[in-house]
Amino acid sequence: MLLIDCPFCGTRPETEFRCGGEAHIARPADPSALDDGAWAEHLFVRSNPRGLHAERWVHAHGCGRWFNAVRDTFTDRFVETYKAGEQPSHPIDDARA
Amino acid sequence: MLDRSLFARRDRPLGAAPTSNDRARVSPAPAGVRLSLRVRGAEGLSRLGLGLAINRMSAEGERFSARLGPNEWLLGAGEADLEALEAEIEAALGDRFHSVVDVSHRNVGLEISGPDAAAALNAGCPLDLGDAAFPAGSATRTLLGKAEIVLLRPTAEPLYRVECWRSFAPYVHAFLVEAARTA
Amino acid sequence: MAQPFRLPSGGRVDRATPIRFTFDGRTIEGFAGDTVASALLANGVHLVGRSFKYHRPRGILTHGSDEPSALLQVDRGPGKIDPNNRATVVEARNGLATTSLNRWPSLGFDVGAVNDLLSPVFVAGFYYKTFMWPRSFWDKVYEPVIRAAAGLGVAPQVPDADAYANRHAHCDVLVVGGGPAGLAAALAAAKTGKRVILADEQPEFGGSLLHETGASIDGQSAEAWRAAAIEELDGYESVTLLPRTTAFGYYNHNHVALTERVTDHRESPAKGAPRERLWQVRAAEVVLATGAHERPLVFADNDRPGVMLAESVRVFINRYGVAPGRRIVFVTSGASAYAAAADAKAAGLEVVMVDLRPERDCASEAADLRLMGVEVLTGQTVIGTKGRKRVAGLVVAPCANGTVGARRVIACDCVGMSGGWTPAVHLFSQSRGKLAYDEGRDAFLPGVSAQAERSAGAAAGVYDLASCLATGFAAGAEAAGATETRAFAASPTRIGFTPVRDLPTDADPAKVRAFVDFQNDVTAKDLKLAMREGFESIEHVKRYTTTGMATDQGKTSNMNALGIVSKALNRPLPAIGTTTFRPPYTPVTFGALVGPARDALFDPIRATPIHEWAAEHGAAFENVALWRRAWYFAKPGEDMHAAVVRECRAVREGVGLFDASTLGKIEVVGPDAAEFMNRMYVNPWTKLGVGRCRYGLMLKEDGYILDDGVVARMAEDRFHVTTTTGGAPRVMNHMEDYLQTEWPDLDVFLTSTTEQWAVIAVQGPKARDVIAPLVSGIDLSNEAFPHMSVREGAICGAPCRLFRVSFTGDLGYEINVPADYGRAVWEAVFAAGEPYGITPYGTETMHVLRAEKGYIIVGQETDGTVTPDDVGLAGMIAKAKKDFVGKRSLARPDVVASGRKQLVGLATETASLVLDEGAQIVADPNQPIPMKMLGHVTSSYFSANCGRSIALALVADGRALMGRTLHVTTPTGFAPATVCDPVFFDAEGGRIHA
Ligand SMILES: [Zn+2]
Repeated sequence: MLLIDCPFCGTRPETEFRCGGEAHIARPADPSALDDGAWAEHLFVRSNPRGLHAERWVHAHGCGRWFNAVRDTFTDRFVETYKAGEQPSHPIDDARA
Repeated sequence: MLDRSLFARRDRPLGAAPTSNDRARVSPAPAGVRLSLRVRGAEGLSRLGLGLAINRMSAEGERFSARLGPNEWLLGAGEADLEALEAEIEAALGDRFHSVVDVSHRNVGLEISGPDAAAALNAGCPLDLGDAAFPAGSATRTLLGKAEIVLLRPTAEPLYRVECWRSFAPYVHAFLVEAARTA
Repeated sequence: MAQPFRLPSGGRVDRATPIRFTFDGRTIEGFAGDTVASALLANGVHLVGRSFKYHRPRGILTHGSDEPSALLQVDRGPGKIDPNNRATVVEARNGLATTSLNRWPSLGFDVGAVNDLLSPVFVAGFYYKTFMWPRSFWDKVYEPVIRAAAGLGVAPQVPDADAYANRHAHCDVLVVGGGPAGLAAALAAAKTGKRVILADEQPEFGGSLLHETGASIDGQSAEAWRAAAIEELDGYESVTLLPRTTAFGYYNHNHVALTERVTDHRESPAKGAPRERLWQVRAAEVVLATGAHERPLVFADNDRPGVMLAESVRVFINRYGVAPGRRIVFVTSGASAYAAAADAKAAGLEVVMVDLRPERDCASEAADLRLMGVEVLTGQTVIGTKGRKRVAGLVVAPCANGTVGARRVIACDCVGMSGGWTPAVHLFSQSRGKLAYDEGRDAFLPGVSAQAERSAGAAAGVYDLASCLATGFAAGAEAAGATETRAFAASPTRIGFTPVRDLPTDADPAKVRAFVDFQNDVTAKDLKLAMREGFESIEHVKRYTTTGMATDQGKTSNMNALGIVSKALNRPLPAIGTTTFRPPYTPVTFGALVGPARDALFDPIRATPIHEWAAEHGAAFENVALWRRAWYFAKPGEDMHAAVVRECRAVREGVGLFDASTLGKIEVVGPDAAEFMNRMYVNPWTKLGVGRCRYGLMLKEDGYILDDGVVARMAEDRFHVTTTTGGAPRVMNHMEDYLQTEWPDLDVFLTSTTEQWAVIAVQGPKARDVIAPLVSGIDLSNEAFPHMSVREGAICGAPCRLFRVSFTGDLGYEINVPADYGRAVWEAVFAAGEPYGITPYGTETMHVLRAEKGYIIVGQETDGTVTPDDVGLAGMIAKAKKDFVGKRSLARPDVVASGRKQLVGLATETASLVLDEGAQIVADPNQPIPMKMLGHVTSSYFSANCGRSIALALVADGRALMGRTLHVTTPTGFAPATVCDPVFFDAEGGRIHA
């Protein structure tokens, strides 16, 4: 069971959290402006890297806040967590890049 | 005119009888008032525990305020205190945008006390309940087995208050009774 | 004579407290403090089981948790039967009934032993090679026969009668292993005031000190030092001592799982005490002081009962006061066995020492032992053993440079063998630390750590007592953040060994069975065969031969197997690598893993405030998510069908009462509440007046329906949202996610009020008449309170939010009262309705009534791939809204394409036929297979109000097929059904406004 550092509550056990997939995929301000390909990309395509991955977590059974984390998908280590709207201090691996 | 005999009385899901052994005692708490207060940027205010740090609480008598998140407080009061508490909130927050929702019937409270209280809670709660990590005045939402709870420690006494949603109360109660027995 | 092999004195057993238990029905006497193994040996019982594959007679190999052979079924009473217990671990006590495994019909005469004669057939990969074809033979023939013949123990027939506990614990330093290194580590850590947990699998702390009777530490006896150390640790408030506790799993972030055996050793445990407790410890730092396992030697017939590890012979003598034999031959390639031989000799037993090493490599220890009058042979090899169910002699021969000399048979009744030591690095490896091969110690040692842990003592390859204590102390101090070190003065330890793999022999290699893995019956020959067949990766060899895969996890076999593979492939051992160590370190009971989560505590069962009333009035219940909902209320003599027919009629003709409390409820509050609702739902909300309700439809971003429910506007800035029962948490999460992460600028807060309100649905033409006398402060007239509106007032004096809504298509109200008033208000409504024949109804009737009206149920008519238009609800979508969650996806090419499945009604040609939900629909039942499937039935019931069966279905382009006959699969073929409008009852919809 991992320990996750909630930016509001501090370090808590994994069972209090839920993962919400890749972070920093902002919902387009005007989805209707996107063509079908770009919308499909937004909906379905994720980077899925081997390495550092920025992802969304929610402290579901704690403060209830969504926040972001950088986790190494290979070692399962959390490198950092930060509040929604902030940027990570670690460079993120992007398998699409 | 409505027949007074038809007037409904509050019917709590757990009885009032405590379950006890030498080391831990589990007691259903009486009915009370619970309000979920949500407000942003109120840290500067001192009333109603608005100035508390996240996961801290203050208590006096039946009144308590527990800050469960950056913009969330659980306020508690005695049965008769609903209007008074609501008035206090309005007085404290005035025009500032906030949300108050009555959850008095959603929440059910239990107390567990005694030298094994923390050990019994730790049968299902994964948090460190030691005095350093969870001192007097701690309050947080967490898990007990498969149920979500709010765990409050008003004082340094080995006495914890557990609040859960109404339909989870029989499970939480049975879990704590079993945990107290086998702690 | 009882206990003929009990030594006249010595050992830690309590000779004043005799105990009795049974083994295969025979009464065995022992003393408190015995294990089952030591008591059996005290009675001269060496044959305790048959091996897994060949059913060879097997005895006791070890004295601890690494035991591969002596596995017993232990019966502690009704509901307390456990297979595969190691006799060397089970503490003997009154009342135990133990039985041997893998033997039929009896231990002495075993039919399966014919496998031993056929052993050339049972070579490595036997299962893979033999039982390949035909496939069906696996299920019908091979597997049952193999299971019956092999089978480790018998599965219990009745539920486990014991209780099991769970405990999450936190500490600064967790010390695993309470031998000299672990005790020293705990002492050092405890001195700093940090929270320390010390766990050891044995009933007593001390590890090797429990049998190192001649050792001394800091000028006192090892026993005196041990007792003082435990007393000191016991004195710290901050130290938790956990004897009988095995750390079996090392997980992420120093999360270590341990099982504590609380009551198995007690004849009459305290009432209610758990049998075992699972500890889930989160430690800031971990010290692994898990010791080392002795290696067997690999020679022909080394599995003969009476052949055991040399140190185990010593333990049985010194710790239990038991002679494993009267005439013991030790055979060794290292120094430690000399201590065992010396202690055996001192105990008055006949001893011969056979050393595989040449004289020059063991001269010092050999000389010491000869001084005691023991014959010491050096430069030897072992050819085999004599005897069958008990060793009667060891066949040895001098051996130099691979040349085997003349054989000599040394008569004996016990052999103590030692092939060196293997540090117990299992937990270190589980922690994902990197092992490093150390040639000098012929062992994989803890290398680079992956977590905050450190190893000390024999687990780190340190075997000398003084060094064990010093490394332990340093590790404990370091783990506690201190830098203190301490030197210990201790009596010298005999250490060092020469690694040997399988021993040289002049016997016919085809006939030699030299066991490497005793539990899975893997021989050196099997390993070599695997390599000849091309298996070179150690992970492949492990799986092909099954070496190291048994419940003992290869504790005794691992290094011998690696060594043999290394030698056969002529590759250095580190190049072979080692297999991955996986949890659990030793077998864990299912009970410990399950803990209290059984029966009522298996899962929360959520019940509404009205549940008890329903139970008292004959309701049958169904599970909906974690909720238990009243399904139907059968009267005496009624079956479900009859009850549902009666309930359905009652609602349409009079009035029905339904508990809708499980519906999810969310209070949406704030100046931007309407804007937020606009973005979350397809519907328009801005113009919904206060006191009005609207059916809301919610999509995921992919355009598919997520949930639905009635939403009421309580105030300009306050909505009372309802969701489906099962969807409540999902909808709350979905809303919170968007609110917090996409639109944090909106001034809105969400609060779950699902359990704040009990919801009582009063439905049917008489509904108004029933509630009118109970309601105060609300004008119930049709004009003042029309369909789809909400009012706040009181019912029976309790505050209420009264909804005029209907999921039945008839006049209806949903009374929301604070949950604690739910039952009282329900009872009042029921009493007030009695003159009207008010009928409580359950979810089945609710389903039928809404299906009569063609109302969808999310999760039944939808499955995560259904759009609003698919179910005919495109009209709900606010055309003027620029955006809402899911809107863009409704213009995706596959969503606007023709051919999508659409909601329709189906009327079977046979009016009484109720189709199966999920049944497939085709146009032509005579088309060739595979048929083109057009869709499936989503809901299907018998409708008393319609006088026929009704069904809803999703059918490709279904709305264009009205009136067409399609064919629906049935258990016996196909049934014709006509496509029709999904509204079967009151198509004009007048009743709802009555
Ligand atoms: Zn948090």
